Amino acid sequence: MDTTKTTDAPPPTSQPPANVQKRVNRGATRPGDRVFLGLSRGSGILLLVIMAAIAVFLTYRASLAISKDHGNFLTTFEWNTNLVPPSFGIAVLAFGTVVSSVIAMVLAVPVAVAIALFLTHYAPRRMSGPVAYVIDLLAAVPSIVYGLWGALILVPHLNGLFGWLDEYLGWTGIFSWQGGAPRSMLTVGILLAIMILPIITNVSREVFRQVPQMHEEAALALGATRWEVVRMSVLPFGRSGVISASMLGLGRALGETMAVATVLSPTFDIQTSLLDPGGGTFAQNIASKFGEATQDGRDALIASGLVLFVITLLVNGAARAIIARRKEYSGANA
Amino acid sequence: MAKRIDVSGLTAYYGTHKAIEDISMTVEPRSVTAFIGPSGCGKSTFLRTLNRMHEVTPGGRVEGKVLLDDEDLYGTGVDPVSVRREVGMVFQRPNPFPTMSIFDNVAAGLRLNGNYKKSELNDIVEKSLKGANLWNEVKDRLNKPGSGLSGGQQQRLCIARAIAVEPKVLLMDEPCSALDPISTLAIEDLIGELKERFTIVIVTHNMQQAARVSDRTAFFNLAAVGQPGRLIEIDDTERIFSNPSVQATEDYISGRFG
Amino acid sequence: MSTAAVTDKRGSSLRSASLPKWSPWAIAGGSIVVAIGIGAGAGLTSHIQWGLIAALLFVLGTYVIASAVEGRRQAKDRIATSLVWVAFLLAVVPLVSLIWTTVKRGVKVLDPYFLTHSMGVVADSEPGGGIYHAIIGSLEQVGLATLIGAPVGVLTAIYLVEYGRGGLARAVTFFVDVMTGIPSIVAGLFILSLMLMADMQPFGFAGSLALAILMMPVVVRSTEEMLKLVPNELREASLALGVPKWRTILKVVLPTSIGGITTGIMLAIARIAGETAPVLLLVWGNSFINNNPFSGAQQALPLYIYQQYSQSSGSTAAYDRAWAASLTLIAFVMILNLAARGIARWKAPKTGR
Repeated sequence: MDTTKTTDAPPPTSQPPANVQKRVNRGATRPGDRVFLGLSRGSGILLLVIMAAIAVFLTYRASLAISKDHGNFLTTFEWNTNLVPPSFGIAVLAFGTVVSSVIAMVLAVPVAVAIALFLTHYAPRRMSGPVAYVIDLLAAVPSIVYGLWGALILVPHLNGLFGWLDEYLGWTGIFSWQGGAPRSMLTVGILLAIMILPIITNVSREVFRQVPQMHEEAALALGATRWEVVRMSVLPFGRSGVISASMLGLGRALGETMAVATVLSPTFDIQTSLLDPGGGTFAQNIASKFGEATQDGRDALIASGLVLFVITLLVNGAARAIIARRKEYSGANA
Repeated sequence: MAKRIDVSGLTAYYGTHKAIEDISMTVEPRSVTAFIGPSGCGKSTFLRTLNRMHEVTPGGRVEGKVLLDDEDLYGTGVDPVSVRREVGMVFQRPNPFPTMSIFDNVAAGLRLNGNYKKSELNDIVEKSLKGANLWNEVKDRLNKPGSGLSGGQQQRLCIARAIAVEPKVLLMDEPCSALDPISTLAIEDLIGELKERFTIVIVTHNMQQAARVSDRTAFFNLAAVGQPGRLIEIDDTERIFSNPSVQATEDYISGRFG
Repeated sequence: MSTAAVTDKRGSSLRSASLPKWSPWAIAGGSIVVAIGIGAGAGLTSHIQWGLIAALLFVLGTYVIASAVEGRRQAKDRIATSLVWVAFLLAVVPLVSLIWTTVKRGVKVLDPYFLTHSMGVVADSEPGGGIYHAIIGSLEQVGLATLIGAPVGVLTAIYLVEYGRGGLARAVTFFVDVMTGIPSIVAGLFILSLMLMADMQPFGFAGSLALAILMMPVVVRSTEEMLKLVPNELREASLALGVPKWRTILKVVLPTSIGGITTGIMLAIARIAGETAPVLLLVWGNSFINNNPFSGAQQALPLYIYQQYSQSSGSTAAYDRAWAASLTLIAFVMILNLAARGIARWKAPKTGR
């Protein structure tokens, strides 16, 4: 970390000869230096310009769409962009996006933390290396492949589970099932959980591995069992890391497009049961509706994309803030 | 309370590397025994075999016997977790649990071992902190995190945490090497008081410290780099520092090598 | 008083009753047998349920037996251990199934013919055809994206590590983080909004632009990490010889970290090669071969998979092609990953972690 700060100003003890030092401090006096600095700074500025352009253009197109919207953009329960005037709203999409992501988090986070603990503290040493490697690779499997697998393999296997849930938990309303194809919000949540599992596992494993040996030994020397060591030293140390890992996973689940588009039978309404097909998410709706959308329809989809953009920014920002806090915290204890 | 340690024929490995070889010694109860010797001679490794912490290191393996009042720590059916409750340890760098308060740090070992009433816990924590000469400095901020203390205070907090569970033996692995001279003096005074109640074994790099705090001193050495460490001799501290029976010990103590 | 309390509350012996080493295996075996019994007896069709029942029995059995024999603390320890194992096994099932099915179904139609022909004259529901057009499209789009994204990413990282300080560098660092989290479909919508302004039709390079946006933050992050690993002494040694800073960066810093930078770029390529959403919006898809990324709709591998799945109304031939294309895509991504890791290990700076 410190290298950034000290890079172009060497510490006084190891200063180069005075003439070089002068040149270095003034940075770019030679033509070569000026060109190189210009190029690299230009690239940085280009990134900022792109970000600004994304915000500006999405907002502009979205404002075009929303000004034509006959319904209420936030509360309307329909997406009819071909009507004159068009009428559309994001309530259904916001609901579906949040519900599917929450299901994914509830399923994935505990399992991912358990696997990370398994790899760092429980698995035989010979096993943990290769398994971690495979999980690393699985994080790189394209989401469309997860989608294909979900639609053709996972969905047929869920009939039994859905029937069982309906039989024993159907009375709650959330788990009642009318027997449609198991392509519902729960299916999406399960598939998203499987997809974000490797990411959360990898980041959590990194954090658990960084737990200082001396904290674990402190617990061991007091006569703690392995689980007590985990509870006393590993989990408290890794908590903020796990939270930020989960947020990164959440960010991916919120924006996932193709996997949702392949397994969900979308309808533009809100299902009270998680097992009945229907509902939709921001990203899935864009992918599914884009093909037939007119110019106005595309602008409306861009408007919904802008909302998704803002949501993921907030989630990722929260994750970064937690990581930054953690750095200060662990620095204070070093 | 304190117990005697009898080590016979102890050899410890890291994977295939033999770290220490064939060590035998006796440590009397209510005494302070210091381990001295050059870096890498295996004195810390040996210390960690005395509460089965050595096997926590990947590849760590031990042969031989360590008797704690006639019970072999490495016997079949012995639970290392129970061993570590009997034989406490203080580490080189102070390692209070960073997320716990001072109070919770001291109570951590007790909470593992059973259900205590709040008043019992309060009593034991106070007694342990007093025993570690830390009570007066922290009694108004028991709920503050332990990581806010100075290095010397943190190390005394770790000692308080270790003695709170009333171990029979207290192992100290260079407990002062990360501390300033004043904190070191405080810990050395504390060791003198603690030996009334515990059997204490301390590894130290500092020969003056060994001379100041210990009753007996063991000198470890290794024949060459890569060779396993061995116990050269163990004797009354006074004798080791005035008239050792082995030439190597005298060379080391007088600063001719190491 | 307290001393007495401590000694009373724990056994004085070092030995405590403990289960034999084989007991977890025995409990696991028992649970599986009982679960199969229950599953078959109750006529549960789903094997997922059989597995869940076995897992539940294993955890419960471990707790009950261990707390009876060893006491509560050991029982908790054992239940934690068994939960962790169960979590691992439960998670392995779908992941193994994913890889296994892709390979098993993918090899069916994956042959040289498949790799060298397009879907030009083949209806989606019929057998035959291939992915040549999709491979061409993917290579061109990803290649162009890399030509834009990689240099910008590397230069930005150089700016941040070698020159960066003050407000601009902080802003760039912050927005690189923000950019990392952009959903791919949003990057696609951004380029789409530009295309709507200019009234353009879908073409390959538009997809490349969106992919480049997704690639940049990944390259910046990994390159930054690698540049920071270059020891400062090297830079100082070069500067002290009177070498200008830009030559120091080009001749000393970059060659030292080139392995890691290459790895980062390859991992970023692997990531964008699997992106479907932006390609769907911007490149549109095409069953004919289009070698020109700057004009007309193109195909790409991920999009091909999606269209074979969604536009074929359940034809087996289309599904077979989708699996074969998936296998090709996974193979491409995995080879990139493995090669990247190989380079990272081979070229790792000796001062690295």
